Formats: sequence, structure tokens, C-alpha cells
Amino acid sequence: MYDIVVIGAGVIGAMIARGLSKYDLSVCILDMESDVAMGATRANSAIIHAGYDAKEGSLKARLNVRGSEIMPQVAKELGVRYINNGSIVIGFNDDDAKEIKNLYQRGISNGVRNLSILNKDELRKLEPNISKTAICALYAPTGAIICPYELTVAAVGNAMDNGSDLKLNFKVERIERCEDVYEISSAKETVKAKYVINAAGLYSDEIAKMVGDTSFNIHPRKGEYLLLDKECGGLVSHTIFRTPTEMGKGILISPTVDGNLLLGPTSVDLEDKSDVSTTFEGVGKIISEAKADVENIPFNKVITSFSGLRATGDTGDFIINLFKGSFINVAGIESPGLTAAPAIAEYVVELLGKTEINLKKKAKFNPHRKPTRFFKELSIDEKNIIIRQNSKYGKIICRCEGVSEGEILDSIHTNPKATNVDAVKRRTRSGMGRCQGGFCSSHILDILARELSMPVEDITKSGGVSNIIIGKTKGGEQL
Amino acid sequence: MKSIDLVIIGGGPAGMSAAISAYKSGTRDILVLERDASLGGILQQCIHNGFGLHKFEEELTGPEYSWKYEKQILEFKIPYKLNTMVTEVTKDKIITAVNEQDGIFQIKAKAIILAMGCRERPKGALNISGTRPAGIYSAGTAQKYVNIKGYMPGKSVVILGSGDIGLIMARRMTLEGADVKAVCELMPYSSGLARNIEQCLSDFNIPLKLSHTVVEIHGKQRLTGVTIAKVEENRIPILETKEYISCDTLLLSVGLIPENELTKFAGIELDNITGGAVVDQSRETSVDGIFACGNALHVHDLVDYVSEEAEIAGKSAVEYINNVEIRDINIDIKTDGKISYTVPQKITSIKETDIYFRVSGVYKNIKINLKDSESCIISRIKQKVVPAEMETIRLTVDDIRKIKGKTITLELED
Repeated sequence: MYDIVVIGAGVIGAMIARGLSKYDLSVCILDMESDVAMGATRANSAIIHAGYDAKEGSLKARLNVRGSEIMPQVAKELGVRYINNGSIVIGFNDDDAKEIKNLYQRGISNGVRNLSILNKDELRKLEPNISKTAICALYAPTGAIICPYELTVAAVGNAMDNGSDLKLNFKVERIERCEDVYEISSAKETVKAKYVINAAGLYSDEIAKMVGDTSFNIHPRKGEYLLLDKECGGLVSHTIFRTPTEMGKGILISPTVDGNLLLGPTSVDLEDKSDVSTTFEGVGKIISEAKADVENIPFNKVITSFSGLRATGDTGDFIINLFKGSFINVAGIESPGLTAAPAIAEYVVELLGKTEINLKKKAKFNPHRKPTRFFKELSIDEKNIIIRQNSKYGKIICRCEGVSEGEILDSIHTNPKATNVDAVKRRTRSGMGRCQGGFCSSHILDILARELSMPVEDITKSGGVSNIIIGKTKGGEQL
Repeated sequence: MKSIDLVIIGGGPAGMSAAISAYKSGTRDILVLERDASLGGILQQCIHNGFGLHKFEEELTGPEYSWKYEKQILEFKIPYKLNTMVTEVTKDKIITAVNEQDGIFQIKAKAIILAMGCRERPKGALNISGTRPAGIYSAGTAQKYVNIKGYMPGKSVVILGSGDIGLIMARRMTLEGADVKAVCELMPYSSGLARNIEQCLSDFNIPLKLSHTVVEIHGKQRLTGVTIAKVEENRIPILETKEYISCDTLLLSVGLIPENELTKFAGIELDNITGGAVVDQSRETSVDGIFACGNALHVHDLVDYVSEEAEIAGKSAVEYINNVEIRDINIDIKTDGKISYTVPQKITSIKETDIYFRVSGVYKNIKINLKDSESCIISRIKQKVVPAEMETIRLTVDDIRKIKGKTITLELED
């Protein structure tokens, strides 16, 4: 029996679990997927928003600004890269200029620091490749970029290092309440808890309905992206937004913490909560909008396209509330959800404080986690000391991203443990470079099979039936 | 820091041939750095035959061809390090590499030969719509699974791209019991060798769909099918011709890209068309003492030519080390649109030179002309040229002496 079960191991569930692991509570995180960060967290804009977007007085506005303030410290503790590159909203005409003034005013009332409005020359000076037709801009120096799955892996890992449990491949099918205890069941297993936190993203409405809360609905809103080679990451240094219109925020152009250039997202409402396909139309839209905003984008350097689903609620704001005294909904967390995540975690702890739970700080909470990228940050001499201790750090498996076998072994044996090729990829970047796994994927397949003591046929790309090979060749069983 | 006369990056066919040629030209202080666990490079997984017809006048498999060179490396006791990844090369010819035994180490070389080979173009570069399930491999990765590891990637297969590796894998997968349903090629002609289309597709009744591409990928976890469509002349898919093919495997054979991260890092001038370095007749790059050869320089269709090119690089590197290199002229070779590139791109000494080139389309009954500003220096008649097959034209010492000006142009005349 756990004190608290958190359903969903996206960035929201992860930050909440980490927040709860500071207290003397037993916590278990459940997720239906084979790894953490597999929903909206896997594919989004990876932006720490300054906080000028959300409507004054909304939860979104408050938690965005607070999240943006505390994220640098959280990232530092978790050993996650955070780059304060600043955001720019560009305008092309008088209507845009008017809206930029509105955003500036809204930002000020939301408590965003250091906002300013730039004229054409100032804008050009900050970003020489911006379209020559842009006439003004809002400059938000507190805007930043982060890697959402790096943050989530680190937060879940830190929560686990502080005593939390993680159960993957656990698809919640029903929740029953017997004598003040929730029984949360998948097809195979039941876990019990006194409190439940529903951070199930796209599926949070379905989870809420299992306990009788029908107050909100969630639908998927697809966003497609294009990722360009690291050669292109320097095209812009800030995150570039266009002025939002009634049609939405439009696509952004941003460097990533890994130095790639990210273009997207589109915005299309769907019904299927699992449709993460990319479309011909989506890619076309990204290209035409990006071209209009920034000059010289080398579209022949696209290394991959992908899409993600926003968990869009029907209330217009984040849905964070206490239901029946022991069930907390954390739903409808669309943009700026990633930014707000650490502030949402604080807010959830606040809500729990209003229940009968005993929030007593742990004597030995360790807020720090060894950075996944610790090896990369070392000097040559320091690396050589480590290679002498463990020669696997001297064996490069992914040449595009320079990932050693030692780092891959770390990803398989460190909480939360990677059990498939994509999970290794998200933790180490192996296979994320310009050859997209052509060289390293066969090595990683073998390493996973060896380390997990599993037949190679059972290793998957990303859980479920995404097996990479179907068996041995003729006579291959003798190998 | 250790000093070595000649460091060769890559122990595949190019690196081995360059090392042997350098050895035969008199240098003994050589080190070959190879990232794999054995020499031979990609030839190790090319277990089909067809190698060596040009060079040895016999038909060898990849490993047999490779062994001819590996044997000499062993015989001459040319030093090499396996499982060693070079991570950096500088203009000053300092090489940084890493392996399990030595950790990260640096070497100062008098000369360097870049022989890193090439890599396959990934799916991302194609921007195909749809999902991103398991079951999509580059043809070379699938070849490694089947031929080296003994793993079967899938049982019903569509291949996109008719490059040679794709064609070879169509046959290989069929022999292993898979059902290869189609090979789709975006262009109206194949980019593979004619003999491979015959022996790998026709002989097994595998349809080659020219002017076709994959427009959508289906399947959430493992691939369940692809939608293909015919394309117009401008390569835009004609949506009315869409056709669904159920399959669990999609192999991509959509082009090879010279492996040139190290070349770029060293600040060496690259040719936008070949994706490799700009070189002169000695295969010397824009940085003195750094040479390039094999598929790292430009993608070859036959390994025999790789070996020949590497021999030139090996010999030239020794001339550079011994200070007997002659560079007495400086002429750029330009091309028209119908000839996509030449290697070398520069003439820097008066010596007999084979100019290798590739055409950008299929052309019949044409003349290949090499002109300077005033006159035509060489003219050759050809019945047919295709992009899949590399062509050569020989420049004699007399031809080079005839050149006036700083530029010559290789043209294709209808």
C-alpha cells in the first residue's frame, strides 16, 4: 500500500513525484508506456516560456511565471541542461505591433521580468537572419530552452533515488475505492494507495471518470515538427515566435539544447489519442511559415520529422483540483505546461496540504542527480581516468553523437532504467544524430539483449510489439 | 604527443589500399585507425560476388576482395589499431582518437589520409508522412543484421530506392525467405548497376517501380504497410495513383553520403556535389599533407576504383612526407549541368591524369568535351552514359601542356 500513486510519468507526473519524494511518504508512479516521457513530453517545443502569453489571473499565467523562475535551480539540481537563450515574438504589420504591445502589457501584469519592445534595427542586431519584412518584436530575455525528456528522466530518477517506485507498462483500467483506499488496476496487477494524483495527460479525463469525476474532457491537438542538423543550430540564437493571431500561435523556430534547429509545431485538433503520424500538409505548413519568419533555413538539412499531441482541456486553463478529498486532477496541461511543471508540483503539494495527509519532510532528501551527460562535460584527462577504471567509456557506439558504451550501460542501469532502443536514445542521444541510428542501432540492440539477459528478438524499438528483428536467418540459430 | 609519419583514418578498402601503396612507396612509419573490430570496412558484410572484375579480373565476394588487401597489411606488418574511433583532425595534422586500451590519445602526423568511407542517407532526410514504427532500416543496416549478425529484420519487404545496396538486399532477403513486394525508385531510371537490376530483381521476379515513391508509412509499433504513388516529372506524387502495400519491413536505399565530419572539422574545402573534399591529382585536399580517397572522397560504384584511387593517395602522401611533391600549375576543372562532378577537381602538376566523373541523367549518343577558354582539348564519343556508372577520361602530359588559362570545363554535347 502506497500513500500516493501518481498516474502518468510525463514531465508533470515526474515533477510531482519528485516534489513528493521530499516528504516521508511512499510514492509509486504508474505509466502505461514502456518508458517515462512518452506522451506530450516526448514531442513538444522544449521551451521555457517567459509568461506573457497566458491570460492575467489564470493558473496558466501564475504557474508559468513561477515555473520559469524556479526552473534554473531545478535543472541545476537534476543535472539537466537549461539554456537561457531568450525569446522573441516578431511582428510584420500594424496589427502585429498592436498585439505585441498587448503581450508586453500582459507580461508585465503576469510578473514577467525585463520585457522590452524592439524596433526593426534592434531586432536585426539580435537576430541577423530574421526576415527583412519583420518590423518589430517583443523581447523576453527570461525565455529559455530545455530538453523535456532529459528533465523527466532526471526527475523520475531523482524521485526513485529518494525512494519512489516506478511501474511501467501499467495501463490503468479501473480504480475502485474500498474503505478509504484506492485500488488501481491494470489487466495484470493492482496497486493500492490512500491518495491518487491524476497526471495522465491525454487520458486524464478517462482516469477521472474512473472515480466518478466527469467535469472535464481532454482532446488531442497535434503538433508536427521538423528537426534540422546541428550544422543549422546557429541560424538563430533566440527562440523565434510569430505574433499570435486568432488562428493560434503559429510555428516557432528555435535552437535546441543539443544545438539542432527545431521548427514547429502545427496545430490540428484530432480525436485519436494515439495518432502521432506526420502529414504532408503539416510539413508543408511548417516550411512555408518558417521561411516567412527566418531567411536562409537549409531545409535539405532536415534529419527527422515527428509529431506530438497536446492534452487540450475544455476549460481554457490548467485543470488542477482536489476531488473528494483524496484524488487530485492535474489535467489539461498544454503549453506552458513544461515551463509550469515544477510550479505545478509545488501547487499539488499545497493542495495535498489541505487534505488529511501528513506532510513531514524527509530527513535525508537528496535533491541532486548525477547528470546523464556527466561524461561529456569532462576534460580529456578526466575522461581518461574514467576510461582506465571502466574501459567501456573508451568504446564509441554512436559516432554521430560520440556516445560510448559506458554511457549506454549507465542508461540501462540507472533509474529510470532504459529497456528499449528509443529509451536508450532519449537518455544518451545515441541514434539521434545525422545518421539516425544507421550505424549504432545494431550495437545497441545487442547491448540491450546482453544487459537485460533477453533474447535479441524480444528487444523492441519502443515497447509493445515494436520488435526490431523477427528472428534468426536460416542457420542463424547456430550463431 | 606521439609523432607518426602517415596516419590513415579508416581500415576499409580505401584505407588498406592507401596503406599498402604508401608502404610500397617506401614509408614504414604508418598507422591505420579503424573503428570496427576488424579491417575490411563495409566489404565484410558484402558477401555477394561481383567485386574485383576490373582490378583482378576475377569475380570475388566482398570478404575475398578485402582479404587480398588485409593479407598484405599483415605480411608487411603495417601497424593498425582496431575499435578505435577518431574524433578530431586539425589543420595542423593532430589526430584525436579513443579506444578502450589507450583511452583518448593524440598523434601528430606528417601526413594524413582520410578514408572514412560513406554512410547511408537516413529516412528523416526524406520527410515521408505517417508514423515512425519499428521495421524501417537503411539497406546497409539490414545487410549488417542479415549477413554479419544472422538476424532477420522482417518477412515482407518494400524497398525504397534502387541503389545497389537496395538491389542486393532485395535478393538477399528473398534468399532468406522474405517476400520482397516491390522496389520503388523516385527517378525514371535506377541508380543501381545494370547487372544488379538483372541479377537481383529480374531473376527473382521482383517488380522495379520507376517514378514511384513511398508517400505514407503505416503502423503504430511495428510497420504494417506503406502507401506508394507514382510521381510526376517534377517528382511530386500523383495522389490518384496511391496504392497500399502491406509489409512489415521498409528498406531505404536512397543514397550514400561521404563521411566527412572530420574533414569539415579540419577546415578542409568540400565539394557541394560530391560531399567530399576538393582534391588535386594527388588526392591532396585544400590542407597541405591531408589526402582523401575512397567513398569519403566521392561515392564509387565499384570498389576496384576505390582501391585505385587510394593507391594514388598513398603514393602521393609519401611524396609529400619526403618533400618531393611537385605542384607547378593550378587549374580548376569545372563542369556543365549535365556532368555533375569530377574528381579530381584541380590539376596542380603536369602528369598523366585520369579524370573521373559522373553524369546527372541518362544521355545517349553524346560527346564528352574537355575545353579551355579557347579550344577543345579532348573530345570522346559515348553511346550511353548513366548516373549509376562512373566515367573516366584520360589527360596526357601533352593535353595538360595545351591548357591555356586557369580553368578547364568538362562538357557533355548532344
